[in-house]
Amino acid sequence: MTLLAVERIKLFSTRSPWWCMLLALGLTVGITAIIAANWSDSPMPVLGAVFTHTFGLYVVMVMAALAVTTEYRFGTIKSTFQAVPDRISPMIAKAVVVVLLSGLVGLASSFGSWALSWVLAADNSELALTSANDWRHVAGVGLVFAAGALLALGVGALVRQTAGAVSIILVFALVVESVVGFIPNIGDDIQKWMPFTVASKFIFGDPDPSAIPNGAGPPAVGELSPWGSFGYFAAIALAVFVISLVVVKRRDA
Amino acid sequence: MIEAVGLTKRYGKTVAVDNLSFTVEPGRVTGFLGPNGAGKSTTMRMILGLDRPSAGQVLIGGKPYAQLDRPLRTVGALLDAKWVHPNRSARAHLLWLAKSNGLPDRRVDEVLDMVGLTKVAKRRAGGFSLGMSQRLGIAGALLGDPKVLLFDEPVNGLDPEGILWIRQFMQGLAAEGRTVLVSSHLLSEMALTAQDLVVIGRGKLISQSSTTEFVERSTENTVRVRSPHADKLGAMLVDKGFTVREDADGSLTVSGALSDEIGDIAASGGVVLHELSPQRGSLEQAFMQLTGDSVEYHAELAETGK
Repeated sequence: MTLLAVERIKLFSTRSPWWCMLLALGLTVGITAIIAANWSDSPMPVLGAVFTHTFGLYVVMVMAALAVTTEYRFGTIKSTFQAVPDRISPMIAKAVVVVLLSGLVGLASSFGSWALSWVLAADNSELALTSANDWRHVAGVGLVFAAGALLALGVGALVRQTAGAVSIILVFALVVESVVGFIPNIGDDIQKWMPFTVASKFIFGDPDPSAIPNGAGPPAVGELSPWGSFGYFAAIALAVFVISLVVVKRRDA
Repeated sequence: MIEAVGLTKRYGKTVAVDNLSFTVEPGRVTGFLGPNGAGKSTTMRMILGLDRPSAGQVLIGGKPYAQLDRPLRTVGALLDAKWVHPNRSARAHLLWLAKSNGLPDRRVDEVLDMVGLTKVAKRRAGGFSLGMSQRLGIAGALLGDPKVLLFDEPVNGLDPEGILWIRQFMQGLAAEGRTVLVSSHLLSEMALTAQDLVVIGRGKLISQSSTTEFVERSTENTVRVRSPHADKLGAMLVDKGFTVREDADGSLTVSGALSDEIGDIAASGGVVLHELSPQRGSLEQAFMQLTGDSVEYHAELAETGK
């Protein structure tokens, strides 16, 4: 428990996490507000309120990566390991704090976006959260942010440099996952197993038939069920984090 | 008490620390001396469990660092004063360190007061001068009231007042019965601060002894002689078994002889003396001689001198 308090002090006694959280909320809620205000012709679906969650996800992952790379950048990781030489427990404490916080930011972002859509959309008759699927579309954002943060922590601890970790995360999520789709023949098969593609199926996949017009809505590719998709994404995040723990334990600090 | 036994660290083919064994006793300031790149910092990181030794081990009070319970209560260290998040306040920095080892918040204010940083405790550490950063680092080392303290080049870049403060501070800590290990590449500084010296070069132990012993053993005592009959006197001294070197200005430098002996010899041969002065070799010279072969990066002084 004390280590959780330690990591909480570390995170909140610098400014960058606050900026990242504000930016994550501002981007998702702000852009959703614009979408909602301009939604005409048809009732706004629940999915429409969470289109923007990926912007928030990237920012939250940057925050999570920073939580560990700044410790390497400024040498405080050495003080951390001096204070707790087993190295694993402070890293897990950091993960618990960052993952919980990211989950909360995700919930704030998706419910904030949803609430603002409710207020701003011309026709909000389809926005009510009436089914389990509706709840998954909105509350699921919290889980995706949490798992994404764990993945980013693992990458940060492996790479140890802010620029490197952030580039890897963003280039992978924004470039690699779309580019692999262009590989002839096998591209589509690879793409549908890419972690961020699969994670978006958890949010967007299998909407209620009434929620959107047939064939409309964001693409949700993948072989797994929505919850299976989340399990897949979370398992990858956990695997990367566990690998980073092994490396951190063995490597010279 | 710190005990290193056969401590070795290799980075690929480079051997940074080579089979190093030494002990650091409580109640004294022990200087850890060596030229830049000799392996002092690597050794200190291994003592703290930050770097894994390739061979050998180092024990603190009989235990490896990793097995210490709440280690800040046993070992305090200042390896680099810049190991602070620049946007975190001095107080927040110490607060998380204290929390991690179950130390009360009140202790943070105590150590801030000890090093005289109470007034700037809420300011961001990135804006601190080197002297203030150094004080903050020392405050961090003192948090757990540890019995063992490690400082890596603590006076580097400090003004004379700061150097004096740190010197007296370390001597005070040792006087309270603590084990204090201070690294430096300056023998003159260590001669004033440390009672014991562990001297290394290229990762190898050169000597471990008390500072006075080290200084006496390694400073060469010579006598400078000027005489209009330098040739004659030189020959007489060589006959008596002394080493004589003739300097460019025609004077003689005699090693291994007391000035009394030389005076007697001169008188017996009827040689006129214009100067007879004992010379005490400087600590710097002694240190250079000892570690000269083991300096990692030689600056070609001789070359540029020509």
